[in-house]
Amino acid sequence: MFNVFFQVVNKELKGAFRSQSDILNPVWFFIIVVTLFPLGIGTDPALLARIAPGVIWVAALLAALLSFERLFKDDFIDGSLEQLMLMPHSLAWLVSAKVFAHWLLTGLPILFVSPLLAIFLAMDINTYSALFLTLLIGTPILSLLGAIGVALTVGLRKGGILLSLIMLPLSIPILIFSTLAIDAAAYGQSYLGLLALLGAMLVGAITLAPFAIAASLRVSVS
Amino acid sequence: MWKWLHPYAKPEKSYQLAGKLLPWFVVATVITFVVGLVWGLLFAPADYQQGDSFRIIYIHVPAAMMAMAAYSTMAIAAFIALVWQIRLAEMNIAAIAPVGAVFTFIALVTGAAWGKPMWGAWWVWDARLTSELILLFVYLGIIALYNAFSDKVLAGRAASILTLVGVINLPIIHYSVVWWNTLHQGATLMKFDKPSMAPEMLWPLIIMIIGFATFLGALSLLRFRNEILARESHRPWVSALVTEKLEGGK
Repeated sequence: MFNVFFQVVNKELKGAFRSQSDILNPVWFFIIVVTLFPLGIGTDPALLARIAPGVIWVAALLAALLSFERLFKDDFIDGSLEQLMLMPHSLAWLVSAKVFAHWLLTGLPILFVSPLLAIFLAMDINTYSALFLTLLIGTPILSLLGAIGVALTVGLRKGGILLSLIMLPLSIPILIFSTLAIDAAAYGQSYLGLLALLGAMLVGAITLAPFAIAASLRVSVS
Repeated sequence: MWKWLHPYAKPEKSYQLAGKLLPWFVVATVITFVVGLVWGLLFAPADYQQGDSFRIIYIHVPAAMMAMAAYSTMAIAAFIALVWQIRLAEMNIAAIAPVGAVFTFIALVTGAAWGKPMWGAWWVWDARLTSELILLFVYLGIIALYNAFSDKVLAGRAASILTLVGVINLPIIHYSVVWWNTLHQGATLMKFDKPSMAPEMLWPLIIMIIGFATFLGALSLLRFRNEILARESHRPWVSALVTEKLEGGK
């Protein structure tokens, strides 16, 4: 069972590394969006540090949206999605592998570039560690929620904008709790409780979302 | 025990049942609206703090409540549609969603109009207003998804999955907004606690809530009937119905 999981992850990673721009472009987008804010509202470090959590999280949401298309779209077009559904394993399990691979390709790079953005936006080390932890816990939830949206819209010709309409309202709690945790860290308060809430949402998403994704794929591929 | 329900899985039977129920809902709506609005807007005493502007409560609160009730109904229908594969439940979702969205919109607009004299601003990021706004977004997402599919059978299934995802998320969204609000704004905002209302103000409100509930029922039944006709338009009973209507009109 775990064998299949890693085979799917492996296949996804291999495919992605053969077209590297797919991985790099959302990360570039993320960096550019964050860069626009100091240019737009001025370079006062206090102001930047104040808005940094919200800016970084909104940028991460938008970057995630960009990358979702490739989660199922290519597989849907070339028919390998149908093959995946024909495999003698639970579809929910297989899509969790795909979502995990997607997070490795899009969530993890954002974590890697986040120190750079912390410097751009004048965050101190305590605030940054809170940012890192919320991104670590929050981006997998984004991947899972987004995967539901992609699975629902993959069969449609103009699924992209619809995907954002569906997914963005549902990701509001993640945005709220993450920025609250980072704010708390910035004021020197304990933010573990908020992280625990995020963690609870992650656990809930991991257990429930794969079934929703599988059910949606069955609707889209039929 | 549930056997009496089985015939209604047939669209024709459901269409007839909806047609039979519709007049009752319409009559109840008209009566409660006339009684509730006249009582509430003309005869209920003015609030000692808010004056006459509190009277918008007779539209605002029922609309907000029914917006949520509509979503709960959709969630139950979505569960039935996915578990027992009953297509009429999917049509039900498609029928209610726009009505619920409009009720949410009414609640937001009346909330803004009430906020202007009370809070001095058209919009404040009050927890209830914000979660109502997000509820509107969720409604719009479901409607957009339903309309995006040209095959309405698939559209119904996709919409029911999204409705269920939304119903798990909506309480989380609501409480996150409440906490976000209390942590960000504290007590600067006018607390909107439920005052213990005087009975002469409360009774019209209860009547209006019942009125909005039957109004929601009437609109949903109308749209439900249309949805059945649109989806079943190739069936003989629909064409028989249409010819009967045409000949009856002559």
